[in-house]
Amino acid sequence: MTQPPLITPDVLVIGGGPAGLTAATELARLGAGHVLVVDREETAGGIPRHSDHTGYGLRDLRRVMSGPAYARHLVRQATRAGAEIRTRTMVTGWAGDRTVDITGPEGRRQIRARCVVLATGARERPRAARRIPGDRPQGVYTTGLLQNLVHLHHRPVGERAVIVGAEPVSWSAAVTLRAAGCTPALMISRYPKAESHAALTAAGRALLRVPVATRTRITRVLGKGRCQAVEIEHLDTGRRRTVACDTVVFTGDWVPDHELARTAGITLDPGTLGPLTDTALRTSRPGVFAAGNLLHPVDTADVAALDGRHVARHVMAHLNGGGQPAGGVRLLADAPFRWVAPQILRPGDPAPPRGRLLLWTEEFVRFPVVTVRQDGRILTRRTLARPAAPGRVFRVPFGLLRGVSATAGPVHIGLD
Amino acid sequence: MTAGPGRPDQGVFDVAVIGAGIVGAAIARELSGCDVSVALLEARDDVGDGTSKANTAILHTGFDARPGTLESRLVARGHHLLNAYAEATGIPVEHTGAVLVAWNDEELRALPGLKDKAEANGYGLCRVIGPEEVYRDLPDLAEGVLGGLTVPGESIICTWTTNLALATDARQRGTTLLLNHRVTAVEQGEGTTTLHTSAGDVRARWTVNAAGLGADRIDRLFGHDRFTVTPRRGELLVFDKLARPLADRIVLPVPTSRGKGVLIAPTVYGNVMLGPTAEDLTDRTDTATSEDGYEFLLAKGERLMPCLTAEEVTAGYAGLRAATDHPDYLIEADPHRRYLLAGGIRSTGLSAGLAIAEHARALLEEAGLALTARDDLPDPPRMPNIGEAFPRPYQDAGLIARDPAYGTIVCFCERVTEGEIRDACHAPVPARSLEGLRRRTRAMNGRCQGSLCGATVAALRERHHAHDVCSSRPKDRP
Repeated sequence: MTQPPLITPDVLVIGGGPAGLTAATELARLGAGHVLVVDREETAGGIPRHSDHTGYGLRDLRRVMSGPAYARHLVRQATRAGAEIRTRTMVTGWAGDRTVDITGPEGRRQIRARCVVLATGARERPRAARRIPGDRPQGVYTTGLLQNLVHLHHRPVGERAVIVGAEPVSWSAAVTLRAAGCTPALMISRYPKAESHAALTAAGRALLRVPVATRTRITRVLGKGRCQAVEIEHLDTGRRRTVACDTVVFTGDWVPDHELARTAGITLDPGTLGPLTDTALRTSRPGVFAAGNLLHPVDTADVAALDGRHVARHVMAHLNGGGQPAGGVRLLADAPFRWVAPQILRPGDPAPPRGRLLLWTEEFVRFPVVTVRQDGRILTRRTLARPAAPGRVFRVPFGLLRGVSATAGPVHIGLD
Repeated sequence: MTAGPGRPDQGVFDVAVIGAGIVGAAIARELSGCDVSVALLEARDDVGDGTSKANTAILHTGFDARPGTLESRLVARGHHLLNAYAEATGIPVEHTGAVLVAWNDEELRALPGLKDKAEANGYGLCRVIGPEEVYRDLPDLAEGVLGGLTVPGESIICTWTTNLALATDARQRGTTLLLNHRVTAVEQGEGTTTLHTSAGDVRARWTVNAAGLGADRIDRLFGHDRFTVTPRRGELLVFDKLARPLADRIVLPVPTSRGKGVLIAPTVYGNVMLGPTAEDLTDRTDTATSEDGYEFLLAKGERLMPCLTAEEVTAGYAGLRAATDHPDYLIEADPHRRYLLAGGIRSTGLSAGLAIAEHARALLEEAGLALTARDDLPDPPRMPNIGEAFPRPYQDAGLIARDPAYGTIVCFCERVTEGEIRDACHAPVPARSLEGLRRRTRAMNGRCQGSLCGATVAALRERHHAHDVCSSRPKDRP
């Protein structure tokens, strides 16, 4: 077999969502040379492309716009900065440490870059991955598929929906259902209160009038052909009932799209299931970086974008001859936290993106008292103003790690 | 209508085959190799949409059949025939081999007997091995393996492509495929049988009953009362492709007094499968998965290979096996009624299908149906490859250069291209529904279960809306 044609950019960015596009923009502006973004979708822009509501761009662009407008803006910005974007181009595997195989309408190619940025994002677990038994009828979606169908393909959905989850993305699903003429009849959440930020939940409830069944899980999907109902169970009483619906939307329950990281043999964090990274967003493979919701499934699009801006500076340092540093200490999330990102603190490394550590909580805590412990000693204890709520990222100022020794044992971050 | 190769003479087919699963399609293909007109009737809107679509997709050697039975003979013969046919048509097969793993003394003691049984079935390649050798081949098995029995000939195969290849081949040889033709009543006339179906009458001189789960019902329409089908539900869990390195061969349970047990098998699509359960039902359409089934499988998986159950589940599904009260295949001709029953074909029907067809042909000839082999047969079809062990279109630079549609990946998880979806919609036995597209291309079968591509695939299917003689109205939307 002949070798496929080789493309040799300075930096390859895999994934053209907010993180990847912003990284590319910044890299091009900093003079990284040939910056190539590949995206497997028909249009770059990532998830915001089909999130047809406002609220995008606040932290990175200092203005607010709709998801599709935000996606277009990021694409334009990267192109203007001089980055190259190839869409309908999918990385299908690795052919070397920083060499990948791609397939696109122009054919089969290889890309060998001096640096690679993984920005492949995250997905919601679909019904099967949540191991929910029952029939396999039509009308069962994730938020992503629902929004894709409604906003990009203008297709009808059903008339009466049950939404699994009550976090920000679940309310976004409710908005989409309403726009498509489908009544969100019930939201279910396994938590004692809806996961969303209190303000959003209150506003959402008032505006969308969706009842939320708390401490509830879905146990079965029913219906031959079209969905007819779901069976739900109250977690405390064990009581079950069926709720009639022709549409079910499974929301949240994010898992990073880590296939490329994993097949490269890059070390993953057992909490996030994304690549284990230091505060410069380096992965375990020299010259391969990661950014966005692949690392913290999931935070908002603007936070992902700012990861991209952050990683660009460290990619530049690598291009300019900076090596892969060793050492450092592990950051570990203690219950009720499921994960923390990034996970490695090295001496001399920068603060993480936006000067914050990102954590994911399993419990709602109204007045969280964050503790930082190392070698059995409590280094910091601080009450934060915002509650820790399941379904959204809990952000902790990096300053709380002051006093941590980069040469001692692992650092535990928990709640008092 | 004029008589000719495969055309019915004055609206009367020489043979009507009821059921377009593996067995029915194989029989129609076999008979169309002779100078007779054949109709293949299917109750559903696609071929292979009943028991044939949801099995463990293993091409068996027949090593563990009951020696001396028809099933034993036909599985052994079918194994060779299907291996050769897969090679000729491009049905994905991987010769992974299998290991029966013993976890307790009872199972360990059973291994030599199973080796003897394999030999009685004409399969002489089994070997009893120690735990070290088991772990060498399957290092991720849980602790506690006491020994194993190798069955190097066991393979994994794509059951969907097998069924499609047989149906396509039958059509190319002249079989008339009649979908959405559910047989509701049978009228026996002088020399001709009229099958009343949900889509009108079909007349034929001879009838073959390969109706799977409905075979006992059809058999009664012909005046027999010899067996009852009990749908036996088997639930399976399919794990993420990232789990594939854990199982590069089939891990079979040792059959004991308590039943056949649960297996772990790689799939030709690059996943790992765990199952099946075995539960007798009365509802012949109940392919729902159950809470008990999932719990049972996950507990079993945990005991067999704990790191497997830590992986993401890509899909869970249930298939119905046509279990009967009869211990063997029930393949019998009734010359008086010009009728042949191919019933009681359990999950081994995938492996035995081609041999069952040969056997059915011989029985029909014996019963008085004149079958002269044709010398003008078309080559068998070359099927699109959806297996991981062979090059897929997205990897084929030459193909993409000739037609960029093969370079446009639509389903990212399974790497299915726009070209393949288009082809499946225009194939000789085309996809009419999204379910049909899944089985022909793997689109939407991956870890996101269509979340990313479902809308695009639905749009493509509408654009390539299939028109063909056996087409019915497209019935679903995403």
